[in-house]
Amino acid sequence: MSVLLAFGCAVLFATGTWMLLQRRLSRILIGVGLMGHGANILLLTSGGEGGESPIIGTAPAADFSDPLPQALALTSIVITFGVTAFLLALGYRSWKITHDDVVEDDVEDRFIASRWSSDQIVEESREAEREQAADEDRL
Amino acid sequence: MFVILVIHLVLGIGIIGAGRLLGRMAFLVAAVAPLVTVAWALTQTGAVLDGEPVSESYTWVAGLDLNIDLRFDAFSLVMVTLVSGIGLLICLYSLGYFTSDEPGLARLAGVLTLFAGAMLGVVFADHLIALFIFWELTSVTSYLLIGNDDKNPRARAAALQAIFITGAGGLVLLAGLIMIGQTAGTYQISALLADPPSGTVVNVALILVLIGAFTKSAQAPFSSWLPAAMVAPTPVSAYLHSATMVKAGVYLVARLAPVFAMQGNWRLVVLSVGAITMVIGGLRALRQNDLKLLLAYGTVSQLGFMMLLFGAGEYHIAEAGVVLILAHAAFKAALFMVVGIVDHGTGTRDIRSLHGFDKSWRPVQIVALISAASMAGIPPLFGFVGKEKALDGYLEHGDFVGTTVLLVAIVVASMLTFAYSARFVLGMFGVFGSPDRDVISRSAQTPSASFLAPAGLLAVATVVFGLAPGLLNRLVEAATVALYPGSHPKALHLWAGFNEALLLSAVVIAGGVVLTLLRTQVALAQRRGSEAIRFLPTADQSVLGILRAISATARRVTATVQNGSLPIYIAIILLTLTMVPLTGFARDLDEFPQFIETPAHAAFVALIIAAALGASIVRHRIAAALMLGAVGYSMAGLYVTQGAPDLALTQFSIETLSTVLFVLVLRFLPRSWRHHAPAIAAPMRIAVSAAVGVAIFVFALSASGARSQVSGPQMSDVMVENSLPKGKGHNVVNVILVDFRGWDTLGEVTVLLVAAAGAVSLARAGRRRNDTEAPVFEEIVDDEADTSQTSAVSR
Repeated sequence: MSVLLAFGCAVLFATGTWMLLQRRLSRILIGVGLMGHGANILLLTSGGEGGESPIIGTAPAADFSDPLPQALALTSIVITFGVTAFLLALGYRSWKITHDDVVEDDVEDRFIASRWSSDQIVEESREAEREQAADEDRL
Repeated sequence: MFVILVIHLVLGIGIIGAGRLLGRMAFLVAAVAPLVTVAWALTQTGAVLDGEPVSESYTWVAGLDLNIDLRFDAFSLVMVTLVSGIGLLICLYSLGYFTSDEPGLARLAGVLTLFAGAMLGVVFADHLIALFIFWELTSVTSYLLIGNDDKNPRARAAALQAIFITGAGGLVLLAGLIMIGQTAGTYQISALLADPPSGTVVNVALILVLIGAFTKSAQAPFSSWLPAAMVAPTPVSAYLHSATMVKAGVYLVARLAPVFAMQGNWRLVVLSVGAITMVIGGLRALRQNDLKLLLAYGTVSQLGFMMLLFGAGEYHIAEAGVVLILAHAAFKAALFMVVGIVDHGTGTRDIRSLHGFDKSWRPVQIVALISAASMAGIPPLFGFVGKEKALDGYLEHGDFVGTTVLLVAIVVASMLTFAYSARFVLGMFGVFGSPDRDVISRSAQTPSASFLAPAGLLAVATVVFGLAPGLLNRLVEAATVALYPGSHPKALHLWAGFNEALLLSAVVIAGGVVLTLLRTQVALAQRRGSEAIRFLPTADQSVLGILRAISATARRVTATVQNGSLPIYIAIILLTLTMVPLTGFARDLDEFPQFIETPAHAAFVALIIAAALGASIVRHRIAAALMLGAVGYSMAGLYVTQGAPDLALTQFSIETLSTVLFVLVLRFLPRSWRHHAPAIAAPMRIAVSAAVGVAIFVFALSASGARSQVSGPQMSDVMVENSLPKGKGHNVVNVILVDFRGWDTLGEVTVLLVAAAGAVSLARAGRRRNDTEAPVFEEIVDDEADTSQTSAVSR
């Protein structure tokens, strides 16, 4: 791993993070793609310096680049593509429903976060239970 | 020993499982476990008393040096006598105490057996971590036993308070034990004591261990859980909360004191806490009207006394501790049993309601009188022998700072002990009750002989060992030598001649008599005293306050880190992932690798960086997607220069496919990003991104040398060698994918299939949403041709 490759890899991760922190699904997706490329560089260079293509008969085996990280990176590329395709479909669906691809805050989590006093929660759940019981009575 | 622990476990679970089938008889079944233990201990007694401990060791997690090391020496024998001897009596007593139709009875008996096993584990353990695990098991079983009556909110609250305090103490203890174990290089207790570590870390660790011991043994200021735990059935209180579990802390202090007492602040901490606990416990016991609470505070006081005796780290004094542990178990368990009998017969434990027991209750009163007199330290009873020994120990051998203060504390607290013992006896004889309210006691059913027998047996032991303490000489001596190898403890005597200790005993008794005679005035003074400190929060209030603060903090933390915003979640995850290991990586970064491998890299990396920055800046969706494509194609170029043509090919085709997909989807969406309130402010996002980038940079540099440092043959070399002969392929990467790592590839294909199925159903789900009301899944089944087409594209 040369400093240059490490730097390129770092830039890919930084920009990927930046995109991942956005609210748009399509930008998040591009962030995933960028990070995937960064991860592939890490994988590939874990095999040390590059060399000849690891195809037997074309070069002496000692000059080969490390084939194992290549196989791993290959898997990584394909999986990243699968994830991208799935997320794209999600974005498409999101657009179909809301005509936008904003990732909204989770309402349930927001609700929990806004609760400060446990007494309040207890009180409300009791009230909900009472209401439910009343509803069942009515039925 | 291990077998005995297993017997307890199996029997306990069995009894719980048998449930209602057994009813009251569950206690008879439960009695088997202590019976076996006592029998086994008897067979070992000879060797153990001769100073030859029995050891067993079972490998548990070899890699972590975690063993179940068990060791049985004379001091363990003393503890086993308590755990199993008293345990046996408690089982028999429970037969009379409980009526068979009480719910949860089998569970009580089963958990009691499990507790006895855990407690034996604490006593047997010769490994710090094993000790800790058994220690925590006693906390958990204690929690279950206190809260056994799960319909009673007071029982639940008391159980919660107990596990909160002892559990927190247990964690502190664990920290201390690990620090000691790491410093010593061994977790085996016997090895540790033979070659004790020292230093600042050990001094801090010892304080932590002491805090753990204090919580367990209900020392001030952690004592509030013990009186609260008295809501448990009386057999449980008699067993766990006076005779056994609360002595675990004392036991640990006794084990460690011989070598650690001179280190750090050990003596200062143990002795001051013990003295304060002893006095405060006595004062509070004197104010109780409930007989059981009186005993509970008395136990707190006596536990403080034991801390004073064992914590000093002086064998003459510790010898007195051994005697006191035995004497205390005998009289306190008997007194608890008596309270249970009174409660059972009259339905009350309040001394103001007890009055006018008829003659048939005389045996109960005599047992109470003997046991309470032993507690008060009146000759010729067992308790007197212990107290005399303690006073003598401090007088003759207390040659460290503060001995005089401690002696005064012991004398004062002993006077209080006398006073509350007298209060107990007077209460039992109905002095505090008024004659017009004697209905309860008069109608009280006389306890059966078998119900009283266990308490009576203990009272007999109190008298016998008081009159002839020489019977215990060998045991006490061997136990002291087990704690302090090479020591020469003095023999036990009822009558040691006219000495200072005897004088002090006389002072104690005289003071106690005065306190008892002036009890009205004393009570008044105590009430005034407590009025004066009313502004201080009580222990219960503090525990409640701490619990509230914990849940408020938990809610606040949840509201911050779990606020429902995806970007914030991602930021937290990424920052944790990159920042936490960063220091470790940075340390590995000893030399910088070369700046550039080949000139071709420069061009491709420049392209990649430019396109990546472009993708993150442009506001046009399609443009951003194309930029991402540019990154991908540059990556393919990079692969070529690295000697990875397969990767380059795959990257090239996949990138083309992705770009097509992006364009397919993005054409629906608005062309550019409209402004939308971000979850995190832009500077913050930049900071997070930069932090991640820096962390990855450091990681990449420090990891680059990792593979070349591995010695021996490399996996890749083996694969290259075997590619042609075994995989029948020239292209090593291909052979790896389809042959050497074929299962991985199968998994990968599965992931793709799942992703494709998901993508297709998502894409199709809304397709005819506006045209027809038909359910979505039917459409997919109908339109098979289209499905296969789309998934082919995805693949």
